Amino acid sequence: INIVLVEGVRTPFLLSGTIYNDFMAHDLARAALLGLLNKTSLPKDAVDYIVYGTVIQEVKTSNVAREAALGAGISEKIPAHTVTMACISANQAITTAVGLIAAGQCDVVVAGGVETMSDMPIRHSRKMRKTMLTLNKAKTLSQRLTLLSKIRLGYLTPELPALTEFSTNETMGHSADRLTAAFGVSRREQDEFAFRSHSLAKKAQDAGLLSDVLSVNVPGKGIVSKDNGIRPSSMEQLEKLKPVFIKPHGTITPASSSFLTDGASAVLLMSEEKALAMGYKPKAYLRDFVFVSQDPKDQLLLGPSYATPEVLEKSGITLDDIDVFEFHEGQILANLKAMDSDWFAQTCMGRKSKVGVLPIEKLNLWGGSLSLGHPFGATGARLVTAAVNRLKKEGGQYALVAACAAGGQVVFDL
Amino acid sequence: MASIRALGVLSRMNSRRPCLFTGHAVRNFASSAAVLARTHVNYEVKEDVAVIRINDPNSKVNTLSAQMESELTQVMNEIWANDAVKSAVLISTKPSCFIAGADINMIQACKSAEEVTKLSQEGQMMFDRIEKSPKPIVAAINGSCLGGGLEFAIACQYRVATKSKKTVLGTPEVMLGLLPGAGGTQRLPKLVGLPSALDMMLTGRNIRADKAKKMGLVHQLVDPLGPGLKSPEERTIEYLEEVAIGFAKGILSKKIPLTKEKSLMQKVQDYVMGIEFVRKQIYNTVNKRVMKQTKGLYPAPLKIIESVQTGIEQGPEAGYLFESQNFGKLAMTSESNALIGLYHGQVACKKNHFGTPQKEVKTLAILGAGLMGAGIAQVTIDKGIRTVLKDTTEEGLNRGQQQIYKGLDDKTKKKSITSFERDNTLSNLIAQLDYQNFDKVDMVIEAVFEDLHIKHQVLKEVEAVVAPDCIFATNTSALPIKDIAAASKRPDKVIGMHYFSPVDKMQLLEIITTDKTSKDTTASAVAVGLKQGKVIIVVGDGPGFYTTRCLAPMLAEAVRVLQEGVDPKKLDSLTTGFGFPVGTATLADEVGIDVAAHVAEDLGKAFGTRFGGGNVEMLKAMVEKGFKGRKSGVGCYLYKEGTKNKEVNPGFQEILGSFKMTPSAAVSSDADVQYRLVSRFVNEAVLCLQEGILSSPVEGDVGAVFGLGFPPCLGGPFRFVDTFGADKLVQKMKRYEEVYGNHFTPCQLLLDHAKDSSKKFHK
Repeated sequence: INIVLVEGVRTPFLLSGTIYNDFMAHDLARAALLGLLNKTSLPKDAVDYIVYGTVIQEVKTSNVAREAALGAGISEKIPAHTVTMACISANQAITTAVGLIAAGQCDVVVAGGVETMSDMPIRHSRKMRKTMLTLNKAKTLSQRLTLLSKIRLGYLTPELPALTEFSTNETMGHSADRLTAAFGVSRREQDEFAFRSHSLAKKAQDAGLLSDVLSVNVPGKGIVSKDNGIRPSSMEQLEKLKPVFIKPHGTITPASSSFLTDGASAVLLMSEEKALAMGYKPKAYLRDFVFVSQDPKDQLLLGPSYATPEVLEKSGITLDDIDVFEFHEGQILANLKAMDSDWFAQTCMGRKSKVGVLPIEKLNLWGGSLSLGHPFGATGARLVTAAVNRLKKEGGQYALVAACAAGGQVVFDL
Repeated sequence: MASIRALGVLSRMNSRRPCLFTGHAVRNFASSAAVLARTHVNYEVKEDVAVIRINDPNSKVNTLSAQMESELTQVMNEIWANDAVKSAVLISTKPSCFIAGADINMIQACKSAEEVTKLSQEGQMMFDRIEKSPKPIVAAINGSCLGGGLEFAIACQYRVATKSKKTVLGTPEVMLGLLPGAGGTQRLPKLVGLPSALDMMLTGRNIRADKAKKMGLVHQLVDPLGPGLKSPEERTIEYLEEVAIGFAKGILSKKIPLTKEKSLMQKVQDYVMGIEFVRKQIYNTVNKRVMKQTKGLYPAPLKIIESVQTGIEQGPEAGYLFESQNFGKLAMTSESNALIGLYHGQVACKKNHFGTPQKEVKTLAILGAGLMGAGIAQVTIDKGIRTVLKDTTEEGLNRGQQQIYKGLDDKTKKKSITSFERDNTLSNLIAQLDYQNFDKVDMVIEAVFEDLHIKHQVLKEVEAVVAPDCIFATNTSALPIKDIAAASKRPDKVIGMHYFSPVDKMQLLEIITTDKTSKDTTASAVAVGLKQGKVIIVVGDGPGFYTTRCLAPMLAEAVRVLQEGVDPKKLDSLTTGFGFPVGTATLADEVGIDVAAHVAEDLGKAFGTRFGGGNVEMLKAMVEKGFKGRKSGVGCYLYKEGTKNKEVNPGFQEILGSFKMTPSAAVSSDADVQYRLVSRFVNEAVLCLQEGILSSPVEGDVGAVFGLGFPPCLGGPFRFVDTFGADKLVQKMKRYEEVYGNHFTPCQLLLDHAKDSSKKFHK
């Protein structure tokens, strides 16, 4: 079965704590879903299944895909589920959809991702939770009072959702800074790349190339139709920034790391047969994908380096055949260096020789996670849509999408 | 030695900058060949930063040897003389060692205290020049930075360390009976404050990089890197160098401050320490604590306190002088000699002298999940070896698993491992009640009950299910291995591995080979033991092997002493007063009275009346009443949860009453009681060497100290004979022999040494 992408959309990606401040995750997810349905004029009853990816779950809407679907007026008879795989959660949603279609389970699937960092579940401490749960079971007043009297001030310290790897207790930024150091990526190179990302994003935005961005009506605030994190500045300004993770000698600054972002994205996938039968003109075929994983401590963000050669070999094409590269901009420079290193290929990847030089003139030409933003769960679908739209615009044949995630896993769609 | 003297002269000549160049030229002229052939220290100028790289090509670690010091001095002189250099970075190119300390052999080669003092003064002067360097020097530390290495680092203007597990800082001199003799007692208190400095120097403990940063011992931390374009080790050092160069430049451009803004706590502490009265109190308290712990048997800790005190109260000049003079004096003490001997012995016992085993042990099975079995499992799983723990009952298996979990969880709580590492380690443990998958096991260690029949049964069961090349190791403290092996179809694969309790704390492993045990079996057992982090002695087979055999006569004597009316507490204080870390009565409780009775009876049968003394029946009477020692909560003492103060068990005193013996006044003074206990231990040890159970005195000393707690300040039974004098010991024993008979008959080898005072166990 050929699986095709009919259309892809996303809400504008906004800095956390700005206009989406009052939204819950399912509000954003619904906006993307509705936008997709409207853009494609797909009848609501034509959808067979919905999959969303997200990272930091709102406990009230743990199956956020289902809440979004119900809110979007999709029949309650259509099943929906939510997946999570750190920054490649949406990629996981898309490949799940591919699997459902390939297995003949469904013909039409909406896959997407959502994240809001404007609100997150902040919990009571474990001790407090324990006390409160026991309190539920306490029958008499005196039992309750005894329990209450056990509460200490320290119990009230809240627990924030951690952006650290559970297994290594290291924050991602810290790990990333070590990674850049391991590959000898200089501060200057990173600043230049950040500058490039913002400049390209600005250009794409001004030229109206970001056609996947929807207009979202935010109650009480108005209509948003543009990403608000794109800030083209100058190299001089970037040089002045101080490192954020490893101080004082680190190399990653606020400019070379992506900001906290709210946003949602969605793509419409169908079997080719179904798409044609429904009168759609598919934008692209989704050919192949691969997930890889590595050491969560020292190779946390190196997934693209491992996955690129694997997926190319699987598909029987070479790096030169690829016209469009859309890579998640999380330590992309280290990945470029890794792919260009024989030592790394031989020692870490068990390959005979290096993957090769990735042509930067084909990479992320409409901006990337550094400039557009990175709502963890939603980025994957943005990458795929951007790649597809660029293929059309630039008249290319093959696109390659890669992203790295906590846990060191990667996805490729082609 | 000649070179180091020259170095001393040189450094005095060069104490002022203008002289430096001259000094350097003279040096060049005098020994240009030596300069060209610099092998340990090199430097490269990067922009205006000199990067000094140290690497001893002949060793895994860098030590401050004469060669190293001389080359360092040369290089420093060149750097100071070079106007193009504005600052310097000091770094080691070894992957896990900055500088591990002074060269012990260099100190041991000295014949007099004066000679050692001179070494110390030369070190002091060298570091004084480093401290006063007009060009800031950044020490970039990766790996061990100990002793003289730390003293070097703290003389530098700035310190950057990698946050690696391998990076440890410390002043372990006290463990060798010495004091930090190159300015350490003077600089450390200034750097980290009096209490922390004393703690570091008196315990000699290793401090991890993150803790060092908190204490103010280092200024900055650098994260170790993973694989990139080169190996992680190589790139980490390179990165450390890059970062250190950045700091060196930053210091010069005043962007990096040399002194940190002090926290309020720090200010308060400084204020308090500024009061003489408070300091006096501290010296007093610390002195008392040291006396309590060492019973005055170790001179080094007291000298360390005094040296610090002299520096603070009388000024640096007096302080440095006191430090160097006492460094010299301490180096000549028998205690230091003993401790250094043990250090060398320990290093020797951490090597596999039997070659590489044909087959690496990847899966190990342990039979019996008791205290021992679980302990062995704990130290195995964290080395990445798949470990099968088998017991016969669900209860026993559960208890063992709980013990292992607790052992690892305690480490997690102390933050020496993460909870993830704990879980990951535990995933190597497979607990089961049957022999499932034993065909894939490479080695079996049985730790079942000490009974020959049970051991035979287990051995047969195991041999029926394992592969033919599987090794069978038996953990027993007294049963001869050949008796156990008698039931085996493959006696060449049978070996003894005697662990000590608690296994995760006790360093020693005694491996016992029979004449049928193959060399490969031994190599494999040693390899496993080394992986488990053990110090290993390999001894011959026989009742009680080496350790238990030495302990038995001493315990027999202790029982007699008790029967003669000495209070258990008094017995404990006499033995600890001699230097044993644990008193003999307490030791008996720890070992278990039932085990002691068992061993006493078995060995008594094997060795006859020589092992007599106390009445075994008394031990049996205790066991009957359930006084089995600590594990049963009652033995010689009563043990109560949560309290450290223990009372003598009245029931035990009752039993003692019925086994009363009359002491002989001639041999019952405190000192005589001590020597009665020790001489029986020592005589048995020497006899083990004479009979070939032991292959060397070094192993005998290491086994006695690390396994049985023989006083470390005496260095072990053999070192003790050398130091105390075999003749004097024999004299004492003869006196005791007159009263008690053959319990005190000196063995032939001891008599030989008594006759000829030039005969020594250690050269």
